[in-house]
Amino acid sequence: MSAHPAKAQRVGMEVSIAVSHAVQMARAEAIAAYPITPQTHIVEHLSTLVANGELEAEFINVESEHSALSACIGMSAAGARTYTATSAQGLALMHEILFIASGMRFPIVMTVANRALSAPLSIWNDHSDIMAARDIGWIQVFVENGQEAYDHTIMAFKIAEHPEVLLPTIVNLDGFILSHVVEALEFISQEDVDAFLPPYQPKYRLDPKKPVTMGAFAMPEIYTEVKYAHQVALTNSYHHILKVWDEWANLTGRRYRPVETYLTEDAKVLFLTMGSLTEVAEVAVEEMRAQGLPVGLVSLRLWRPFPFDALREAVKDAELLIVCDRALSAGGPGGPVHSEVRNCLYPLESKPATVNYIIGLGGRDVPPEAFHDILARAQKEVESGPSGEFFLYGVRG
Amino acid sequence: MIKYTKPLEQTTWRETEVGGVLTVPGTAREYRTGDWRSQHPVWTKSRCIRCGVCWTVCPEPAIVEEPGGYFDMDPNYCKGCGICARECVTGCISMVPEEE
Ligand code: SF4
Ligand code: SF4
Repeated sequence: MSAHPAKAQRVGMEVSIAVSHAVQMARAEAIAAYPITPQTHIVEHLSTLVANGELEAEFINVESEHSALSACIGMSAAGARTYTATSAQGLALMHEILFIASGMRFPIVMTVANRALSAPLSIWNDHSDIMAARDIGWIQVFVENGQEAYDHTIMAFKIAEHPEVLLPTIVNLDGFILSHVVEALEFISQEDVDAFLPPYQPKYRLDPKKPVTMGAFAMPEIYTEVKYAHQVALTNSYHHILKVWDEWANLTGRRYRPVETYLTEDAKVLFLTMGSLTEVAEVAVEEMRAQGLPVGLVSLRLWRPFPFDALREAVKDAELLIVCDRALSAGGPGGPVHSEVRNCLYPLESKPATVNYIIGLGGRDVPPEAFHDILARAQKEVESGPSGEFFLYGVRG
Repeated sequence: MIKYTKPLEQTTWRETEVGGVLTVPGTAREYRTGDWRSQHPVWTKSRCIRCGVCWTVCPEPAIVEEPGGYFDMDPNYCKGCGICARECVTGCISMVPEEE
């Protein structure tokens, strides 16, 4: 805990509205967004704040997400602190522009209210939208509750805009499960946010007095080098992310880590989750511990850059790691998170066995009991050999 | 012509600008569009009326004016599109295949 904790105001608020206030307190100067369920309340409220003069920002209404992110790129190129938010089909419609934003190194901050991709049409939560955008070259963080959504939205600007980072950043929050619940959370004061997050100082901006070319084409002789510079910046952003999170911990007392752990000491079996599912898993793991089962929980807060070392450290003493994915890579190895986790652990000499359970697709509820059931099934799989590459938990038939 | 400190093929990833930003103008000159030409224009000066239409329509632009007001192409940038030959008002430009 900090010796000088920030003055905090406790509020009860819908998480989407809290995110829009975080964007307001971060003094975003430029916003372009298209409303899509379940992200709508965030941009609706931001639009109200701008219209009421409570936030000094340019708010561009656009006809699609493709245009929303394109407009954000233009505004970020002009040197403005830029924000947008989307979900599911909206993120998919941005797809080509996502790569352009990161390749051109614009520190745009975006909230993704995670939602299943059509078809069939579903407005409910899973992670198939963001997992289809794994390779976009953005920093990607997952939050577990409303407080974290507020905290990470403000921190995302500071991380993204660091002169050695300059990368767009996504804060993932589970649609409806987080976006539409009312939570008690703490806001720090505007003075504290201002001290934490100084104005954005772009290295290059569109300025007729000092013209530069942005987004030029690259010959085969140089494309690889520019791509590698981006890769290195994204990998190295890890250290800057930790520094910003530490600074926030000193300010607020809330400490975040790339791989969060819960009751992992002496655990033989670990669950791995992401996002809001982590809090459900915590309940289940507490119950298992009460029954004397050596079970713990790790959650991936940071998805890009992937926290290789922190994950290896967190799971190295376990015998079994049960990776719970909330997306299915059809025709592939199952869940994208499990694929990457297994890849991360493969070079280790001593490592836990892994099994993959895909759960909670398209808003299917995952109660704590599901984790008890998964534990029993996973242990059977270990004894009798895995039944397949993955298990789509709860599928009938 | 503004030159980079190093040719592109010797530039390391550390020497690239963030986001591939180009801080100097005129870098497109580094791109020798003439490299991939499969044919090139040849002028028959005796039929040329020195109107300059070919010079106007070349998209690169790779046509240079010579002493006396006649025209020729710059082999570094002529990509062999044939627009000059098609638009020449007297038909005095013919396209000739590159030698292997
Ligand atoms: S062939 Fe095309 S590029 Fe070459 S000189 Fe003629 S118009 Fe220009
Ligand atoms: S268009 Fe034909 S006639 Fe006119 S200057 Fe060019 S080559 Fe000569």
